[in-house]
Amino acid sequence: MNAPLLRVRDMVMEFPVGRGTVHAVSGVSFDLARGETLALVGESGCGKSTTARAVMQLPPPTGGSVELNGVDLTRQRGSSLRSLRRQFQMIFQNPISSLNPRKRVAEIVAKPLAVAGIGTPASRRERVAEVLDTVGLDPAIAMDKRPHEFSGGQCQRISIARALVLEPDLLICDEPVSALDVSIQAQILNLLEDMKTRFDLTMLFISHDLAVVRNVADRVAVMYLGRFCEVGRSELLYARPAHPYTRALLSAIPVPDPTVTPRPVELVEGDLPSPLAPPSGCRFRTRCPLASERCAREVPELRDLPDGRAVACHFPLVEH
Amino acid sequence: MADGPLLRVEQLSTHFDTRAGLVRAVDGVSFHVDAGETLGLVGESGCGKSVLSRTIMGLLPSYARVPDQSRILFNGTDLLTLGRRQRRAISGPGLAMVFQDPMTSLNPVLRIGEQISESMRFHFGTPRAEGRRKAISLLGDVGIPQPEVRVDQYPHQMSGGMRQRVAIAIALACEPKLLIADEPTTALDVTVQAGILELLKDAQRRRGMAMILITHDLGVVAGRADRVAVMYAGRIVETAPVRELFARTRMRYTQALLDSIPRLDAPPHTRLNAIAGRPPSLIDPPAGCRFAPRCAAAQERCRVEVPDLSADSGCAAHSFACWFPRGLEAAA
Repeated sequence: MNAPLLRVRDMVMEFPVGRGTVHAVSGVSFDLARGETLALVGESGCGKSTTARAVMQLPPPTGGSVELNGVDLTRQRGSSLRSLRRQFQMIFQNPISSLNPRKRVAEIVAKPLAVAGIGTPASRRERVAEVLDTVGLDPAIAMDKRPHEFSGGQCQRISIARALVLEPDLLICDEPVSALDVSIQAQILNLLEDMKTRFDLTMLFISHDLAVVRNVADRVAVMYLGRFCEVGRSELLYARPAHPYTRALLSAIPVPDPTVTPRPVELVEGDLPSPLAPPSGCRFRTRCPLASERCAREVPELRDLPDGRAVACHFPLVEH
Repeated sequence: MADGPLLRVEQLSTHFDTRAGLVRAVDGVSFHVDAGETLGLVGESGCGKSVLSRTIMGLLPSYARVPDQSRILFNGTDLLTLGRRQRRAISGPGLAMVFQDPMTSLNPVLRIGEQISESMRFHFGTPRAEGRRKAISLLGDVGIPQPEVRVDQYPHQMSGGMRQRVAIAIALACEPKLLIADEPTTALDVTVQAGILELLKDAQRRRGMAMILITHDLGVVAGRADRVAVMYAGRIVETAPVRELFARTRMRYTQALLDSIPRLDAPPHTRLNAIAGRPPSLIDPPAGCRFAPRCAAAQERCRVEVPDLSADSGCAAHSFACWFPRGLEAAA
């Protein structure tokens, strides 16, 4: 078997604040095979964006390793990290604020090439035109405009062009369609799918929307308060969730069918606990309808089920 | 109380005079909301749904213009003919609104109890102590734990979902007859979304309140609205009882919106049916049907003649504005 493109081990991300420490990501491990799309799913504040940024080394994680093509990114600094960045690029949630409003599109998309010291200004411009064309923007019209002259969907296309201009191996998408309307969302998801084939991309896709994830992901990792609850092939996870939190997330998706009465979410009422002082044992137990006394005592480790997925629960919903 | 629907909007337009030209954000919209019912108002960003709700609420900026033929009849009174004071007397006990972003719609420097009781004091002269007591009971109603503690807190001490619950408590304070909820869950997590929608439904049932639920997500209205109006480029293009709309979608734009939702039962990497292009300019909209440039079924007539919103021959409550409606091809 080929070595995975990305290998993340025991990644920890903690931020000191005032009197305490925010445990944003607490020991997350996963592999990403070449050509695969892994989705990270969870509510706001679960640490999914922090995980994505830690993989990007923006900033590097406070513990653990992130190996890309066999090189541990967390051990790289300065210019060596900068030259490695050609291999991994990112697109962000807000397509408008992630583009510099004072620059023209041609400059924005050419910037990664310039930073990497590739080509001459003229050859870079040519390359930018090619990429813009690939993402469905007319270079003749788009090149000399500024971001405010474009709609949200078009700005996201520009972001995608900027991320792909260096032909990275790994593309990290942090909620790329959350700020867009459903109709535009479909355009961008189709575009990402095309780009994946065309540029041979491996993707880490962050989203809170399980319906979107169902469409793009080969594998899904469900995250709660800095830890993985369940990781597995998307078909399995959607058909028979093993973790009560996965089931709760699935039950919350609105069904576009008026004959279906919305069911209550299978979740104990209440907010995500503070990552400053996460609950003992299983972090999900305060909202889990199935929690027992053991859940408060013992941290459930992520363990493999016979069907190939992994679940971190003392009482999984699937027989094992 | 006058007969007829609680709210009747007739030929309502809202225009903005900008340097680029006259933006017809809402362009001749007519609909009604009966007492106690939920109307889902659906459309993409920029279709005019938020401007429409702000026009009804009287929250337009000074440079907006509402042409003379427009009518907003609330309990028989045309809100557009009222002066500022009269209008203010109607909102609160009459109309209230919940906005999309609970981070910016609350006052960050006022305790939430104050924000809830403010309108009761204004409209009914409720004394402070009683206002505080009512605020606590409202916070309990909207599902906030420890309301007697929360009432003295500030918005920044709460999560997004909790803040939206507070915003709903504020809107419910004066027992409005009509609640306009403008994308009340778009800024929230799915898990929180279901709770908020359930809360709105529950508040509505208990108070016999009517609601306009504005959203871009047809999945949200499917389970929560009695009737749906679909808006495109400043106009209502289809309206029907919710089951009728989903069972016999006539307007191709409505169908395109439905088709673009990723389906949970489709295998991964299924190509989505995106709507090509984007909504037209509201300064210089296309002649004929405004959806024609993006419509796969558009024909010559669609690009020339404007289709009016007219009733379906099979169902009087179902209206659509299309020359070649789905399922009625033979008739065309």
